[in-house]
Amino acid sequence: MAEPRNEQSQRRGEEALHRQLGMTDDELAAVVEELGREPTHLELAMYSVMWSEHCSYKSSRAFLSRFPTEAPWVLVGPGEGAGVVDIGDGLAIAVRIESHNHPSAVEPYQGAATGVGGIIRDIFSMGARPIALMDPLRFGSLDDARTRYLFEGVVSGISGYGNSVGVPTVGGEVVFDDTYRGNPLVNVFCLGILPKERLVLARADGPGNLAILLGSATGRDGIGGASVLASASFEEGDEAKRPSVQVGDPFEEKRLIEACLELLDAKLAVGVQDLGAAGLSCAASETAAKAGAGMDVDVARISKREPGMNPIEVLTSESQERMLAIVEPRNVDAVLDLAQRWEIQATVVGRVTDTARFRIYDGLFDAVGVPGENPKPPIGDQPTVGTSDAPPIADVPVESLGDGPLYHRPIARPLSQDALQGADPGPQLRDKFPRGADLSGELLTLLATPTIADKTWVSRQYDHQLFLNTVAGPGADAAVLRVKGTRKALAVSTDGKARFCRLDPRTGGRLAVLEAARNVACSGARSIALVNCLNFGNPEHPEVMWQFSEVVEGMSEACQALGFPVIGGNVSFYNASGDDDIHPTPVAGVLGLIDDLQERPPAAQLSAGYDIVVLGAIRPELGGSEWAAVVHGLDGGMPPVADLESARVVHELVAGFVRDRVLAGVHDVSDGGLAVALAEMAIAGEVGMRVELNFDGCSPAEACFAEPASVVVCSVSPPESAAVCGAAAAAGVPARVVGVAVGDRLIAKGAFDVALADATSAWRDALPLLMAGPDEVESAVPVARVKRGPVF
Amino acid sequence: MTVRVGVVLFPGTNCELDVQFAIEQLGGDAELLWHGDDTTDGVDAIVVPGGFAHGDYLRTGAIARFSPVMHAVGDFAASGGPVVGICNGFQVLCEADLLPGALQKNAGLKFLCQPAALRVETTSTVLTNEASVGDVLRIPINHFEGNYVCDERTLAELRAENRVVVRYVDNPNGSLDDIAGICNAAGNVVGLMPHPERASDPLLGSSDGVVMLKSLLAAATTRATITV
Repeated sequence: MAEPRNEQSQRRGEEALHRQLGMTDDELAAVVEELGREPTHLELAMYSVMWSEHCSYKSSRAFLSRFPTEAPWVLVGPGEGAGVVDIGDGLAIAVRIESHNHPSAVEPYQGAATGVGGIIRDIFSMGARPIALMDPLRFGSLDDARTRYLFEGVVSGISGYGNSVGVPTVGGEVVFDDTYRGNPLVNVFCLGILPKERLVLARADGPGNLAILLGSATGRDGIGGASVLASASFEEGDEAKRPSVQVGDPFEEKRLIEACLELLDAKLAVGVQDLGAAGLSCAASETAAKAGAGMDVDVARISKREPGMNPIEVLTSESQERMLAIVEPRNVDAVLDLAQRWEIQATVVGRVTDTARFRIYDGLFDAVGVPGENPKPPIGDQPTVGTSDAPPIADVPVESLGDGPLYHRPIARPLSQDALQGADPGPQLRDKFPRGADLSGELLTLLATPTIADKTWVSRQYDHQLFLNTVAGPGADAAVLRVKGTRKALAVSTDGKARFCRLDPRTGGRLAVLEAARNVACSGARSIALVNCLNFGNPEHPEVMWQFSEVVEGMSEACQALGFPVIGGNVSFYNASGDDDIHPTPVAGVLGLIDDLQERPPAAQLSAGYDIVVLGAIRPELGGSEWAAVVHGLDGGMPPVADLESARVVHELVAGFVRDRVLAGVHDVSDGGLAVALAEMAIAGEVGMRVELNFDGCSPAEACFAEPASVVVCSVSPPESAAVCGAAAAAGVPARVVGVAVGDRLIAKGAFDVALADATSAWRDALPLLMAGPDEVESAVPVARVKRGPVF
Repeated sequence: MTVRVGVVLFPGTNCELDVQFAIEQLGGDAELLWHGDDTTDGVDAIVVPGGFAHGDYLRTGAIARFSPVMHAVGDFAASGGPVVGICNGFQVLCEADLLPGALQKNAGLKFLCQPAALRVETTSTVLTNEASVGDVLRIPINHFEGNYVCDERTLAELRAENRVVVRYVDNPNGSLDDIAGICNAAGNVVGLMPHPERASDPLLGSSDGVVMLKSLLAAATTRATITV
């Protein structure tokens, strides 16, 4: 059955077929050894997608085992469609995060839309109803017309798909940094809820059971997406790869969600798996491999969008909105009826065997009959070997596809790292802004930087309220979702600051976890699980692998210290433009649980007449800060210290205050430092403030704009502020009343004095101005420092 | 007596569970009416909820009007039964000619999910009988196509017959005459773009929508009494 693998291409003088498919010579040799013969073209195509970086994690697997993954409440850990935790009351929560970076760089609307669609399928394939999305996004500078096109397209894609499919987008972040100019990051986080008994794993158990393909017909879209797009670096002119981007259909997905949840409620499927990267090759072989079974697939049965598609295209297509259900023969009719009610296609395309082989046929069921169409199916309980005369067109050990190569790539700390860390921005900025310097303009500039500025322009394009769970939505430190039918609520935050990781990846990895957990603590929740999306450059660069290894180590340490497990993750390599790797960008998504939600948690705002309390140690840590790096272009130095034990104490303290309803407002200090945190709270509370920001060892500028970890600002009624400070002191956390919310100006003695109205317009108008032009912004107060590029 | 509210479910509808939940929180009984069934199943009131019926790839609501259930909804409305269309439901009712006018894309050509202040203009409808004229309610909008349009004669009629049910205090989408919701001549069919069910609990930031849902339940009770 072997067809000549390389003969034709070599005769034409082209590169060998396996290389065209992105496989190395060594990988081909491993396939030949596995099979004991040359692979057919189809087999080679399947191996090339399954062994791609995107599907096999061949460069990262060796590191990921460092993550702590266990806790008594973990029902499903890493390696499945989603991580699942038990939250009591018979309920469980499924979470997952994924990247869709390269598709979004090529076609922003569809790239982002299908990223949303893919992650939603991962969640409901576990039996969970997807109830929330969050989108951590990274783009280049908005000065660039193409970046504005990408930004607008990605947001529209998330909005267009998420709103229509009916899953609210309750939060996320948008960061702008030149490192992402040629390679934006589109990460998507999804959370689902399920009754524990509906939990289902993607396993093809039970030889004789049938594989039913549900949803869209299979087309030529997305062929080789995993290997062509996701596992190679980006070059100029990669629009030619647009045919590798899939097109989303949220209406199809909505019906698939309802149909799949109904069929799981009725216990009609023993396993469900979505078709994502590597399409049917992956879904069918993975489900069988996990169950220790085999799988036969008949390509002739698969509904196709156009004539003339060959088996390779069918098996590797990444057409969206498709699910594979493993069904006992007696339930096939019920599944087909249910699918018909929801107007989705459903076709028996394969059968589970006990052969431990993954075999592809073309016309198998013509020969042996199809259950559901034949009243007396000859397969099912029958032995499954030899029921067709036609030989398979692919026949490989089922485990070999998922058992890709494992690489221990070279690791090297960049030679430039010492110089980078040595370039502390502190001295220069101290010279430029000595004690007594007016920092008002600096504050206004920071408030108008796109990363810090108000993101309502983005979030109001997303339905963030569907399901009536959203107690705190976009713009809050953490999204808070009530759990209907219980007193509980969930808190979720995604965070990760690449600039810190670039300066010191281990510390940066810790800080990503700390920030997400700190946000969750500010809503009164205790963190119970983490998922991460690890966006890095080219793993063939030893410096990138060093960054990766260090970040993984730092995140592991932080999870260990804070006491919650990693229950899932995604690795995205090859984020680079040409040879310029992006800054290492881990995104931590932390899930927290509130046991008894009685009222809305305090918002990030000040209340007139209330004291302002700063909890945590303010240190002169300017390395990697927005002020030093973005406003002043000084991007060296060391990131803030990530003291894990003091972080743990601060988180517990703040969550306790919120639970005890002591705080009227609370906000963590992150991008832009203490001054920006205070200003954001003043803007939200529509009240000014008068504060003194004197901290030991800090100049006024450092106190204002440094970004130390584990600092939280609280708004407290005057009678209670002493008790808050006392409780903090007892826990060993520095705390002090720095001032009071009052008037209509933001005044920090000896540092800045700006009108609340100016701060508000600087912060609120920056993004609309950059994206639409001043004419379209009502009552816009132009901010001189905001640069505007050409309108596209 | 518990009144029964039917919530129409088309493929692509996505607010049906929310409406059901909010109605049940207020003591009503809500059940889903499948779009393929030509019956309203004896319910006392009907909500056509928000979402993207049949995907809305065509003009919003253009396909939904042909679902068999809409025939039954039309009969129910003609017999005086309370019918409320929320967001996509409003679009469907317009397409089904149960309400005049149409909803086109927002003036800013962006999807908008944000709170909106609504002024109650009449209480002679199944959605506002428990409110007071001039009340300002804070209720979220969530739509791309919420920009109400109609011809001049229809607008004159709506005004003359006091059929503009709620107006935006600060028009977010370009709607003609700031219209956020309208009713038919009898006041038993109401369509509005904002989502009262999303403002049904202080935990969600507003409970201003409760007065609307209570009005609907009151109308349903009246209907149930009459039909019994």
